[in-house]
Amino acid sequence: MSKTKIEDAEDRGIVSVADWTKPRIRRTMRASHAVLLVVLAVSGLGPLLWLGKAALTPTQDTLRTPLAIFPNGIEWQNVVTAWSTIHLDVQFANTLWVAAGSWAVQIVVATTAGYALSILRPKYAGVLNALVLGTLFVPSVVLLVPLYLTVLDVPFVGISLINTFWAVWLPAGASAFNVLLVKRFFDNLPREVFEAARTDGASSFRLFWSIVLPMSKPIVGVVSVFAIIAAWKDFLWPSLVLIDPMVQPLSVRLPALQQSIELGVYLAALAISSIIPILLFLVFQRMFLRGAGLGGAVKG
Amino acid sequence: MTVLDERPSVVDPPQPAAATRQRRRPANPRTWVRNGGLSNLLFLVPMLLIFGIFSWYPIVQSFVMSFQKTNLVTAPTFVGLDNFVKVLQDPLFLTAVQNTVWFAVLALLFGYPIPLIAAVLMSEVRRAKGLFSALAYLPVVVPPVVAVLLWKFFYDASPTGVFNSILAMVGIGPQPWIQSITAAMPSLVLEATWAGAGGTIIIYLAALTGVAPELYDAAEVDGASIWRKIWHITLPQLRGILLITLILQVIGTAQVFLEPFLFTAGGPANSTITVLLLIYRYAFQNSLGGDYGAATALSLMLAIFLAVLSVVYFRLTKSWSQN
Repeated sequence: MSKTKIEDAEDRGIVSVADWTKPRIRRTMRASHAVLLVVLAVSGLGPLLWLGKAALTPTQDTLRTPLAIFPNGIEWQNVVTAWSTIHLDVQFANTLWVAAGSWAVQIVVATTAGYALSILRPKYAGVLNALVLGTLFVPSVVLLVPLYLTVLDVPFVGISLINTFWAVWLPAGASAFNVLLVKRFFDNLPREVFEAARTDGASSFRLFWSIVLPMSKPIVGVVSVFAIIAAWKDFLWPSLVLIDPMVQPLSVRLPALQQSIELGVYLAALAISSIIPILLFLVFQRMFLRGAGLGGAVKG
Repeated sequence: MTVLDERPSVVDPPQPAAATRQRRRPANPRTWVRNGGLSNLLFLVPMLLIFGIFSWYPIVQSFVMSFQKTNLVTAPTFVGLDNFVKVLQDPLFLTAVQNTVWFAVLALLFGYPIPLIAAVLMSEVRRAKGLFSALAYLPVVVPPVVAVLLWKFFYDASPTGVFNSILAMVGIGPQPWIQSITAAMPSLVLEATWAGAGGTIIIYLAALTGVAPELYDAAEVDGASIWRKIWHITLPQLRGILLITLILQVIGTAQVFLEPFLFTAGGPANSTITVLLLIYRYAFQNSLGGDYGAATALSLMLAIFLAVLSVVYFRLTKSWSQN
C-alpha cells in the first residue's frame, strides 16, 4: 500500500468532513468517543491502578474496604517483603534470564535458517522449508507431552534438562513463525547486493555477518519483541520443566505464592511482576502496536 | 477485488528456478565443499538441531506414543487404539469437550463484537488516537498469569470482594462468581475477553486504515448515511480479517488452559474442566504416574481438529496478504 493512500485514509474515515460540520453528528460522535474513552480507561487502566494501590495498602484494609484509597496510610513494607523476604528478586532475575536466552536462541536459529533458506538456497532448501512450514499446522498442544519427555531425556545426549534454563531456551528456538518471517524478509532484499559481494570474493560467512545481518535490523527487531514478550508471558511450559523455585520465572512462581503469603505482599508481588512489561509498553508503544497489527496478518 | 473471491493459493509453491539455478551435485566431496555445500550446511545446523530435537522428533513421537503404553519405567509397548478408546470412554472427556465449546461460544458472544465496535468508533477519533489505542492495549501487556490471579481476587465471593463491593454500590447483592457452577465459566470468559480484546482492536484498526477512502466518497455521492456506509462498505471490506480473527479465536479458545487451571482448577464440580486441562491431568496430575498414552491420544484428536482450522486460516491469510 502506498504512503499517500494511508494519509488519505487518515484525512477521512467513515464519517465525512461534511458530516463533521453537522452539529447533531458532531455531538453524537464526541459523546460516543467520550463514553468510549471512559470505558477504556476504567477497564484498561482501572484494574492496574487498583493493583498499584493494593500493593501499597495494609492487608486488612484491602480485605475490609477494597475500594477505599489508602484509608490507613501507605504500607511500603509489602513491596520490601515481597522483594527481599519472599525473594522475588530471584524469580525476577530468572525471568530476565529466560527472556534473554530465549531471545538469543530464537535470533540465532531464525537468522541463520532464514539466510540459508532464502539466500544460500542449497538444493534441499525446498524440502526443509516445507518441513518448517509444516510445523505451523501442528498446534503446540500436541508437543506438550512428547516435548516434556524429550527434555526429560534428550535424544543422543541422554541428559535431562529439567530445572535448567536450556529446557525453556532451546524449544523456544523451534519457532516456524520466526523462520518464516525472517525468510520472507530476506526474500525481498535486493539480490544484486549479494551477487556483487560474491564477485568481490566475500565468503558465505562474510556475506551473512557484514551484509545480511546489518540489513535485517527491522525484522530482527520484530522477532525480538515477539520473543521477549512470549518468554515473559509463558506459563505452562516453564511450569512443567522448571520445578525448583530457585530457577522459576515470576509467572510460574506467583500461583504457588497465593496460598502461602500475606495478601498485601502477594498483591505487591503481582504488581512487581507486571511493572517491567507495562514500562516497556509505555516506552516502545509504537513497536508493540505495530507488532500487534502484524500479528493479525501472519501469526501462525 | 476482495479476499474470498480469489482462489486460495498453494501452500508452498514449488520453485523451479531454485532447482535449475543450482549446479548438479558434484560427485567429489572436495568440489562440494569448494562450491559452498559445507558452509550452507553449517548455517542450517542451528535450525536442524533445534527443530529436529524440539519440534520434528516430538511431533513424530506424539503419533507413536498415542498408540503406546508409556510409563517411563518399562519399555513402551504398542497397544493399538486402546488409548483412544480409553479417552473416548472417559466420562470427563464429554464434559471437557462441552465445557470447551461453551467457553468458545461465550468468548465469541463477549469477545467478538466488542473489539469490532470499539475499533470502528476509535477509527473515527480525530485527536489523541494514540491514547485510545494505548488504553485498549494495556491489559494485553499484563502477564497473563498476573491478570488471572488479579481477577481471581476481584472475583472474591464475600460481600467485601472487589467486584461485589462495586455491585453493592449499585444495589446488587454479592455474586458467587467463580465458586458457582453456572457463573464460573462466564467469569473466566469475562477475564479472557478483558485480557485479549486489545490485541483484536489493534488488528481491526490496522485493517480499517486500509479501507480506501474513495469508497466512502462514492457512497456519499449516492447519499449513503453513516450506518449504511458501515454496513455496505466498512464491514464488507473487513470481512477477510473478521474471518481470520474468528478462526484465530476458535483455535485459541479450543486450547484454553490458563484460566480454568488458575481460576478454578477445573471446578466447581468439573464445570470448567477443558480439553487441555484434561490432557494436563492425564499426563501430569495423575496419582498413578503420567498416562502419557491417553494424554497424547487426546492431544492428537484436538490437533487434527485445530490443523483443519489452521489450514483454512493459512490459506485465507495468504490470499489476504496478497491483496
